[in-house]
Amino acid sequence: MVKLLSSVLAIVLLAGCASQPQTLYSELGGEAKVTEIVNNFVTEIEQEPVILAYFEGSDIDRFIAKFEEQICMVSGGGCQYTGDTMEQVHGGMNISEKDFNLTVDLLINAMDKANVPHPLQNRLLNKLAPMRSQMLYR
Amino acid sequence: MTLFQRVLLVIAFTAALPVSAGSGKLIGTAGLNQLEGAGGGGIVPWATLSGYDSDSEVSVNAFLTRVNLDDYRLQVAGASVSLYDRVEVSVARQTFDLTTLGGDISQNIYGAKVRLWGDVVYSAMPQISAGVQFKDLQDEAIANALGSADTSGTDYYVSATKVHLGAVAGYNLVWNLTARMTNANQMGLLGFGQTSDDDYEVMLEGSVGVLLNRNVAVGAEYRQKPDNLGLGEEDWWDVFVTYIPSKSFNVTLAWAELGSIAGAPDQNGIYLSLGGQLW
Repeated sequence: MVKLLSSVLAIVLLAGCASQPQTLYSELGGEAKVTEIVNNFVTEIEQEPVILAYFEGSDIDRFIAKFEEQICMVSGGGCQYTGDTMEQVHGGMNISEKDFNLTVDLLINAMDKANVPHPLQNRLLNKLAPMRSQMLYR
Repeated sequence: MTLFQRVLLVIAFTAALPVSAGSGKLIGTAGLNQLEGAGGGGIVPWATLSGYDSDSEVSVNAFLTRVNLDDYRLQVAGASVSLYDRVEVSVARQTFDLTTLGGDISQNIYGAKVRLWGDVVYSAMPQISAGVQFKDLQDEAIANALGSADTSGTDYYVSATKVHLGAVAGYNLVWNLTARMTNANQMGLLGFGQTSDDDYEVMLEGSVGVLLNRNVAVGAEYRQKPDNLGLGEEDWWDVFVTYIPSKSFNVTLAWAELGSIAGAPDQNGIYLSLGGQLW
């Protein structure tokens, strides 16, 4: 009897897993795709002197790792973001609206080059957009 | 000074400003220029400014629009300057050809708009702007013959506009709501008010659009109209598709239904607008 109940419970729980909606993270293509996006983004930044200037003296490897964590977290990938707050990271840079918005264009280029479909790009941008106010003019 | 000279002066003034040209906004989120010269959709002014300028930039835009209706043709040429993502000034010359009756009516519209709050993409609240349009009829005969109170007038409006990223199955949604205080008859082309009553009324206008990709938007607009002259002036609406290949250029094609104009019913037709950011 107990064995039967356990089996039924197991089946019910597994069925629940199968019917869970896909996260944006998995729709994007998971870790592999996010890594590709962030690496493309760094390449875009390297080719844009105005934005590259903000990264002078920074640890690019750390930036890559933390940005990947952040994208994973906001898109429901289950990651824990272990970096500093947006205010801490961008404090002292006095990032203008113009430069921030240019960086968004670079991120879009990065996603285009990673063949991320337009709807998924917008959904990811929507998750990242609220952080903008924490990054501007600090 | 002619209107053309004024436009040139504005452009020259802007070119002399020691600031960079506008590029600081997401493509497709700067307004086009509507029929009266303001940044907006096709027939409705929006809270967005006409250019891509961020808070440290200045943009200069120009546009040409043509609407072919059954008995009339409207052509509009205009220019606008938007500064520091805060203020927009515009000038537009409307020429309304009475293709069936003969003759034409010209009107100059001088506009100003200020962004009060919000950012159309990045703030949780909509972007909200307030604007004015001072309209000055150059050909007054028909306005007077129809019984209008004035041959010039001012519209006042407040607009709220918002882009929701990825909101419609991952596609960006844009909506706008405008409330306009006006006494203009057919946008001012047939005069302002009515000799026995020049009262202002609040008209509501709305727009909705979806960006199919970074370069194409489709949508619809609606504009309430007063009927001061008792000629059966009707609300306007249109459905449009806009192609925005870059931040420098856009082209809009629409089907416009403008109802009865000066007693001629069912004025419908193609709307075509070309716009560009010069600086």
